[in-house]
Amino acid sequence: MTELEVNSCSVWYGSYKALDCIHIQIEKNKTLGLVGESGSGKSTLARTIAGLIIPQTGEIVLESQKLAERRTREQHRKIQMVFQNPDSSLNPKLTVRQILSEPMLFHKIVTRGNVESRCRELLACVQLDSSALDAYPRAFSGGQRQRIALARALSIKPDVLIADEPTSALDVSVQLSILDLLKSIKKDLGLTMLCISHDLGVIYAVCDSVAVMKQGRIVETNTAETFFRHPETEYSRLLLSSVPRMETV
Amino acid sequence: MTAADTVLNVSHLSLSSSVQKNLVSDVSFSIAPGECLGLVGESGSGKTITLRSILGILPPGIVLTGGSIEKHGSCAMIFQNPVSALDPLCPVVSQLVEVIRCHQKMSRESALVQADELLRMLDLPVSLERLDRYPGQLSGGQCQRIMIAIALACRPDLLLCDEPTTALDVTVQKQIIAVLRNLQHTLEFSMLFVTHNLAVASALCTSLCVMKQGTVVEKGDTKSVLSRPQTEYTKLLIRSVLPVPECGKEE
Repeated sequence: MTELEVNSCSVWYGSYKALDCIHIQIEKNKTLGLVGESGSGKSTLARTIAGLIIPQTGEIVLESQKLAERRTREQHRKIQMVFQNPDSSLNPKLTVRQILSEPMLFHKIVTRGNVESRCRELLACVQLDSSALDAYPRAFSGGQRQRIALARALSIKPDVLIADEPTSALDVSVQLSILDLLKSIKKDLGLTMLCISHDLGVIYAVCDSVAVMKQGRIVETNTAETFFRHPETEYSRLLLSSVPRMETV
Repeated sequence: MTAADTVLNVSHLSLSSSVQKNLVSDVSFSIAPGECLGLVGESGSGKTITLRSILGILPPGIVLTGGSIEKHGSCAMIFQNPVSALDPLCPVVSQLVEVIRCHQKMSRESALVQADELLRMLDLPVSLERLDRYPGQLSGGQCQRIMIAIALACRPDLLLCDEPTTALDVTVQKQIIAVLRNLQHTLEFSMLFVTHNLAVASALCTSLCVMKQGTVVEKGDTKSVLSRPQTEYTKLLIRSVLPVPECGKEE
């Protein structure tokens, strides 16, 4: 069953065409990986789906419901995003408790009395200690901040989670733990995911299918297995051959 | 190895700031002519300040508290973000020519000839020779090539590279690695290559030095470090390199 569909979406920045007639579909409970080089329009597409950018043409369909230019509060809730840089996506003047409870109260997920216990649940879900609630984002490492950002996105029970380069600001050893967390959360909560990365290793680790973008267009959409073993386009082959590999082992 | 046949000899280097003692403690390594040493580690492991201390450009507040650095020959450095390392208000070839004139004391004409040669060596567009452009008008990969050209214009014996491909796309990264490898082969300089990516290090370096929290936890030649890692930390780093299946091969 198709959860999210993007139909012939185009976005212009002034006279520059950032997205050129994009079609993608994501099945329910599946993860689509979006790869491409910088400037290919990956983040623009993510922001368009999240409703941060309104496309000039085309439509976005969520659960066979067309999303209008102004989304309802409920529609906003259903699509949540985790950004690349956790340092700049968390408000430094709010404690973790405030960061997590604000969206929950706004979307009326829990009553005021239950906020505290729900916050603890969320932190447990992203494997952080509940003593973190009273601390400010600056007290945490990059990987921990990304976990808080993830907890915030999950706090309002979204159906679709967009992860825009979730690990590219993190160390390699932390990257692995965040990817494992994403996978287990997706399985436990039955999320549909769109994972953006320029790192094909990340895509291989989490995605079921892959869409390759180049200069605002989708050049190939395939299952992960086919994309990595038998890519259909020249550009995909170029991308795959560019990945640095360890010679030994 | 005696001091005479090394380009760089770092022994028992310690660096501290007023806030944190021992940012780097007791780091020792040496580089032979033509060798490429990879300095691998995560953020905060002290890779970059070790590199900066070699060139004497430590950030304010960080001081050398112990050990010594012996250089036999000249050094040049390539930075992580090429776009911010270049002067945005000066066209790129002019920047290159300026460095050549300053270091080799030659006339503008002969400096231009040498600049052309460097541009060609680095596969930069020939149109730059006629129509110079600003850094903002070039791609990230092209800017990094200009940085490499500028670094090579000093005819260094040792090239210091601080994550030169981290800000670039994978396809461009591959080209830059190939360029560095070829140039090192033809010009025979030594390299100290700082990276957090073991796969990149394995593609370029002949030996590796793994750093963690300011100390060297393991060193040796690349093959043996990667195939027979001795410490848990190196094993962790190796495990963290995400696998990508080979194109066209079944598992």
